[in-house]
Amino acid sequence: METSSIINPDLPAIRLEGVRMVRSGQLVLDEFNLEVPAGRVTAIMGPSGSGKTTVLKLITGQIRPDAGRIYIGEIEIGKLGRQELNEVRRHVGVLLQNGALLTDMTCFDNVALPIREHTDLPESLIEKLVLLKLQAVGLRGASRMYPQQLSGGMNRRVATARALALDPDLMLYDEPFAGLDPISLAASGRLIRQINRVVGITSLVITHDVAEVSKFADYACIMANGRVVSCGIPDQLRQADNEMIQQFLEGLPDGPVPFHYPAADFEQELFGGEGS
Amino acid sequence: MNESTANPWVKRAVSRLGGASVFLFQALASMKFDRFHAGETLRQVYYIGVRSLVIIMMSGFFVGLVLTLQTYDTLNRFGAGDAVSTVLGLSLFKELGPVLTAILFAGRAGTSVAAEIGLMRATEQIDALDLMGIDPMERIVQPRLLAGIIAVPVLTLVFNFMALLGGVTFAIYMMGLDPVTFWGNMQNSIGLWEDFASGMFKAVAFGVIASWLMVYFGWIAHPTGEGVAKATTHTVIATAIAVLLLDFVLSAMML
Repeated sequence: METSSIINPDLPAIRLEGVRMVRSGQLVLDEFNLEVPAGRVTAIMGPSGSGKTTVLKLITGQIRPDAGRIYIGEIEIGKLGRQELNEVRRHVGVLLQNGALLTDMTCFDNVALPIREHTDLPESLIEKLVLLKLQAVGLRGASRMYPQQLSGGMNRRVATARALALDPDLMLYDEPFAGLDPISLAASGRLIRQINRVVGITSLVITHDVAEVSKFADYACIMANGRVVSCGIPDQLRQADNEMIQQFLEGLPDGPVPFHYPAADFEQELFGGEGS
Repeated sequence: MNESTANPWVKRAVSRLGGASVFLFQALASMKFDRFHAGETLRQVYYIGVRSLVIIMMSGFFVGLVLTLQTYDTLNRFGAGDAVSTVLGLSLFKELGPVLTAILFAGRAGTSVAAEIGLMRATEQIDALDLMGIDPMERIVQPRLLAGIIAVPVLTLVFNFMALLGGVTFAIYMMGLDPVTFWGNMQNSIGLWEDFASGMFKAVAFGVIASWLMVYFGWIAHPTGEGVAKATTHTVIATAIAVLLLDFVLSAMML
């Protein structure tokens, strides 16, 4: 296995340049530019449907952009073949929204899976590595349990341990706080912070949880309508004199980001034709 | 035929067949035979083969029983009741055994594998493998495909054995037919290669079809409840039609 880092600490860890993405006939991203600094925790925030998950899928190479370029370190993702993409993915840990653990395996085997698949390490060493990772997320005691025996929050923690199994250079989190109770939510935020601090890896967190962001992120970007509206230190963003940012941070129902999906005139649709 | 005149149903069917063929090619091309894959394939043989045994054994026994009952009744009207074992053996080994086993397999194991793969996609497990740099085709599809190809011929043998047992139960123990005549007639009229082996060749072919379709429909399932439901239904319907069609073609070729 290739062990050298794919991220140069002096350059942005991830770069998206002029990305355009159309899905099912709808423009999701347009002239999208983003730079994620290396070695820090960056949050991408935005209302539902603003294209956050699309950005994550573009970075992991699950989908390709209609235009523009995407880099992890100095590697252009869109140009990679299947084999090369798999090589890069070994350096990138991804936590999907629901954890996506394999349900026919125990938590232990789930975490061991990438190590067994990509290394020739002896089973005794793999066991130690897996227990270390599970200890880091507080679930060593659940190593022999199956995912369906654990809560949603615990599943995500095991999945975090699995994503960390190969000591990645970059961790991507897709909505890690969705549907968590306040205790799990705070624990997850702390965990992201700890992983970044202890292991020193770059982290990118996709979230719409405004309150949590300032607790764990060094840097945050807000996106709306398929573009990055603003980037900066989370607390600075609150001071920004931008209607769209204020609407999102304050949770206002209507503003530049409309509450209503575009539709015909309401009165016309309800009473159209009557009395005329 | 230009695009505007092509029947949309035909276009969809051709495109689906093309997609399924490319899928099978990709699955075969990614085949690996290391220790892990051998172990995983064996595990799947247990899940989809061994766990299908009960339905295959019960169905085999009752098919043998009712087939002998009806054949014996018909033949007896012409005073040829003794020939029942010949008819039973020929129809079982050459047609009913392989065909019914494949269709029962699709109902028992095919639906379960299609639903399993469909749900793995719906719960992002396939995406997660992909993101870990693990080829889901190699990890999920290959062991199940191989296990099905191994299981169907073995299950066909079990089906045939149980159907013979059903036939023997009815003919010898219930109708009092002479066992020597029963087995002697069967032995004299059924050839190892032209009858038994040709049936087993069919079983292998049906095994490939049934296993291919179950993994394919699971793989292309929409990641929704409705998508998974459709995948299981399509698996059974497509396998039944494909097996019956192929059975006719193979029978005609082997005559």
